[in-house]
Amino acid sequence: MLTYVVRRLIYSVIVLFVASFLVFSFVSISGDPLAALRVTPNYDPNVIKRIEEQKNLNDPIPVRYVYWLRDAVTNQFGTTLLGDRPILPDLWRVMKNTMQLVFVAELLAILVAVVIGVFSALRQYSVFDYSATAFSFLGLAMPVFWLALMLQVLVVQIYESTGTRIFPITSLSDVDPGTGVSFWLDRAHHLILPIIVLMIAQVSVYSRYMRASMLEVINSDYVRTARAKGLEERRVTLKHAFRNALIPLVTLVALSFGGLLGGAIVTETVFSLDGMGLYFVNALLSNDPYPVMAWLLIVATMIVIFNLVADIAYGLLDPRVRYD
Amino acid sequence: MTDPMYDRNVMQHSSGSAPQPAMAGGMPIGDTSQAELAYEAGVELKARSQWAYVRMRFFRHKLAVASVIVLLLIALVGLFAPQLAPYGYDEINLEAIAMSPTLDGWHIFGTDQLGRDYLTRVMFGIRTSLWVAVMVALLATLIGTAIGAVAGYFGGQIDNLLMRFTDLILTLPGLAVLLTASVYFGAGSPFKTGLILAFLLWTAVARIVRGLFLSLREKEFVEAAKASGAGDMRIIMRHILPNCVGPIVVFMTLVVAVAILLEAALSFLGFGIQPPNAALGSLIDDGQEQGLETWWLVTFPGLVIMLIALCINFIGDGLRDALDPTQRRIRA
Repeated sequence: MLTYVVRRLIYSVIVLFVASFLVFSFVSISGDPLAALRVTPNYDPNVIKRIEEQKNLNDPIPVRYVYWLRDAVTNQFGTTLLGDRPILPDLWRVMKNTMQLVFVAELLAILVAVVIGVFSALRQYSVFDYSATAFSFLGLAMPVFWLALMLQVLVVQIYESTGTRIFPITSLSDVDPGTGVSFWLDRAHHLILPIIVLMIAQVSVYSRYMRASMLEVINSDYVRTARAKGLEERRVTLKHAFRNALIPLVTLVALSFGGLLGGAIVTETVFSLDGMGLYFVNALLSNDPYPVMAWLLIVATMIVIFNLVADIAYGLLDPRVRYD
Repeated sequence: MTDPMYDRNVMQHSSGSAPQPAMAGGMPIGDTSQAELAYEAGVELKARSQWAYVRMRFFRHKLAVASVIVLLLIALVGLFAPQLAPYGYDEINLEAIAMSPTLDGWHIFGTDQLGRDYLTRVMFGIRTSLWVAVMVALLATLIGTAIGAVAGYFGGQIDNLLMRFTDLILTLPGLAVLLTASVYFGAGSPFKTGLILAFLLWTAVARIVRGLFLSLREKEFVEAAKASGAGDMRIIMRHILPNCVGPIVVFMTLVVAVAILLEAALSFLGFGIQPPNAALGSLIDDGQEQGLETWWLVTFPGLVIMLIALCINFIGDGLRDALDPTQRRIRA
């Protein structure tokens, strides 16, 4: 087990190096980040020269990569292209906000999906089962950003007909959110719609998995044995079937982390939430490669860690899995 | 591929659903004896290829068949958008500004702030979006199959290298990489957007094909082909690949659905297909910028995207059941 983890860690580090080098080269080959500044009339050429020197823009790409890497490790990812803003404090801020959104949405999604999945499996082909299936087919076919927009449209329509704004549709907080409890109440009020959007997307995936794995388990031999030896139904489903049916979901949840951030990019943009997704989109739009690179490296690192966690968790939960 | 086998069901000369008179002494006679009886009576038996069976199983899947029809209709609307559309794509009509859906002048999807007919725009959007999705699916399947086949067939170091490369792509956050690629590769045209999507979506196909090749290359028929002197290329193309067609087709439909949704997200965020090309995603973006009070501008393009994705998912399900009857999924 330990050797397995160590080997995976070493391998992950190599993957991250290669991936970051490839992305860095791709971004660097594709264009001169200063192109827009160069054609701006009356832009101080000395500033451009200073940026070129600061960011070593005239060196070959592998050299620039090493400079960038040094900055990333020793200088907290350095500064933005113009050199006026350190990257890491911004990233921390947006990461905290995104985590609030993603964590709550994911937790609720898992709870709802487990309940739906288990009941669908226990009452297979019932009305409930068919409705849940229809729901998740719709959820899978629905573009996330469109769902977000539809909720906003709904809020706007309600506002136009009744004059009350039941939910805010932009930003994380009011202009003056107050402190303490009132701050968090305001934050929750702002986050409800985005959380619903992320939840629906995740529930449609998770509930299908939960249903499938629950069905597999309740049709297995040991569950029949449990019934045959006279255990009450409640005990059979909860103690014997349910706990084992959860194992595949644990892996799926850990692995879907990357996809969740993708959903967050879209959701945060629609609701203009100051989170990682919006930060990333804005960095791309301002044509600044440095925050983009920092963002990608951090997120890729998290994905690698979550993949490892998924594998380890699987081994701990299911003793039949052996690592060699 | 087309090893003919005789169907047990008798094909009567009279077409259509013939009555089943095979009740002897009140006992129903099984298929086999019925076929034997028919054979003795000199009734023709119809040879059915494997594909005929696939077709039969697919047509039994009602939802999938309905989806094929709906999707075909949508595709035809997209294909003939220039002929069918009631208005011009960029036709501005200042007398019909921001009209909600109405039968008046056939603005059933409404018009925007410039009086452009949204039904027309959606039709042209379907045209672009479906074209991109099909291109992505074909290209991604081609790349994935090639990489998966080489990795699975040759194994060893080549396999290791190619699969590590696939892992690498899976490590990166998909949508973020797509966005980065479109900024630095310069998307905007449907073709370029399609290229970018294809270069990210081949990994699933590659993994599946590799798995199939790994197991198939150990089979006796491959050994036989080798013994009779067939080269690697011939074995891959003529002997193993035809056995992988089923799963490849199923995964291709999945890629189409993913491509439709991803392209929509890209175009919506303003990184994908850009004006003057219309795509469903950019139409929603366009509509959103005109304010949410004109709700029809965001609603209808999105509904069309959803309908397309839904149809493709159902077709994929039907294909999976039809192509791989041994591995039935848990019924939906």
